[in-house]
Amino acid sequence: MSMMANTLGAASAQRTNEDTPEKISVRDLSFFYGESKALKNISLPLYERTVTAFIGPSGCGKSTLLRCLNRMYELYPKQRAEGEVLMDGENILNPKQDLNLLRAKVGMVFQKPTPFPMTIYDNIAFGVKLYENLSRAEMNERVESSLRRAALWDEVKDKLNTSGLGLSGGQQQRLCIARTIAVRPDVILFDEPCSALDPISTSKIEELIDELKDQYTIAIVTHNMQQAARVSEFTAFMYLGELIEYDRTEKIFTTPSVKKTEEYVTGRFG
Amino acid sequence: MADHTVKSYDDELKNLHEDILRMGGIAEAQFASAIQAVTKRDPDIAALTVKGDVKLDELNNIVDQRVVRMLALRQPMASDLREIISSLKIAADVERMGDYAANIAKRSIAIAEMRPVKPLASIPRMGRLVQHLIKDVLDAYNERNAEKAKQVWLRDEEVDDAYNALFRETLTYMMEDPRNITPCTHLLFVAKNIERVGDHATNIAETIYFIVHGQTLNENRPKGDSSSFLVVNPGDDAAKA
Repeated sequence: MSMMANTLGAASAQRTNEDTPEKISVRDLSFFYGESKALKNISLPLYERTVTAFIGPSGCGKSTLLRCLNRMYELYPKQRAEGEVLMDGENILNPKQDLNLLRAKVGMVFQKPTPFPMTIYDNIAFGVKLYENLSRAEMNERVESSLRRAALWDEVKDKLNTSGLGLSGGQQQRLCIARTIAVRPDVILFDEPCSALDPISTSKIEELIDELKDQYTIAIVTHNMQQAARVSEFTAFMYLGELIEYDRTEKIFTTPSVKKTEEYVTGRFG
Repeated sequence: MADHTVKSYDDELKNLHEDILRMGGIAEAQFASAIQAVTKRDPDIAALTVKGDVKLDELNNIVDQRVVRMLALRQPMASDLREIISSLKIAADVERMGDYAANIAKRSIAIAEMRPVKPLASIPRMGRLVQHLIKDVLDAYNERNAEKAKQVWLRDEEVDDAYNALFRETLTYMMEDPRNITPCTHLLFVAKNIERVGDHATNIAETIYFIVHGQTLNENRPKGDSSSFLVVNPGDDAAKA
């Protein structure tokens, strides 16, 4: 098992643009909050089973871009996207796209942990019930495997029927990740998942992201550049709604091609 | 490039830069006086030079501490990271230059006690060549001038050639008269040390290139030192070989 993990690790280290399929292709995407254009003609790939990080100063559009990937913006009026977001070749911006189905395939974890005010067990089971009709035994098995995958099982297995709100912040965030993966998505979006967490909980989430990428395509928005450097394989640097530079994470943080990127990652503005 | 948002970060980088330049200045002076000690046969200058090496060791330690501190507290990225890591390497190269200068000075005391041998006349020229390399590489560091650094890197060949010539010449003298063996051996070490100082200057040149461009100078540098392969038997004319 550990040998297999090593092989996977070596493979992901060498993974290049050429041999990994694009799970999501953002093409010429623009986004509007009313009249103001928050994203300007963004194009970039999200490779399958790869972590892509979005970095940039506040207001650069990185969260907006993330919210386009599961059409979260549709919850608000006067917000619209132009261009294409292809997932497995299908344009998810197409009005005919079933939003519930889309959000089952593209899960999202937010900045602040958002457990439902119900038991730990039901926090996981609630979402699953919307999409699948499982027997009690199957549901037990799904809850357990999701909590294990989110590295939370050992901490909560004896109190599954207590409230999810009783957990610590880091545990709550892992509960939200468990809830997300319980519906078996293909893609997980993380919107600053660690900004409200202490360093140890942050490390646990980062370790989890590293483990999840062998199964899911992951996009993460983070203000913490070191975090982007640690967890991602590709990094997109955005500024004022534009994609300034997209490249392998190692390149972005050692020898970026664009001066603006260099200034940002070395702490000269932003 | 613009300043850092955190001003104290810029101050720390500036201090590091100045420490390196200070070390470079001292090494330059140490090397010059070591060559002087040899050519003027002056044991007083030699003694001062040996003593002066302590300053370089101290500054090298300070640079090490600064670098470790900045890596831990600033988590530098991109050009800052290259700058800081390179300081560590350049300081080590300069410190080694100082060691060679001190060694040349020590040998000059022994050389001064013996009768002068003719190859001694080549030392000042070789010394001047290397002094120019040191000066130019420090200028290149101060100006972040990768092109100037590359010129230093290419010019090291001249030093190697001078060393080869001196090597052959010295062997000839040793074969001519066994009484030359002791002073000539010391002289050979002096020449080798000068040549090594030149090598450290080229190391620094490579590091400067890396700071500026983020990649290594990967052309093949012309390597002139062939003395490692030279075989001479008594009776051969080594000078013509």
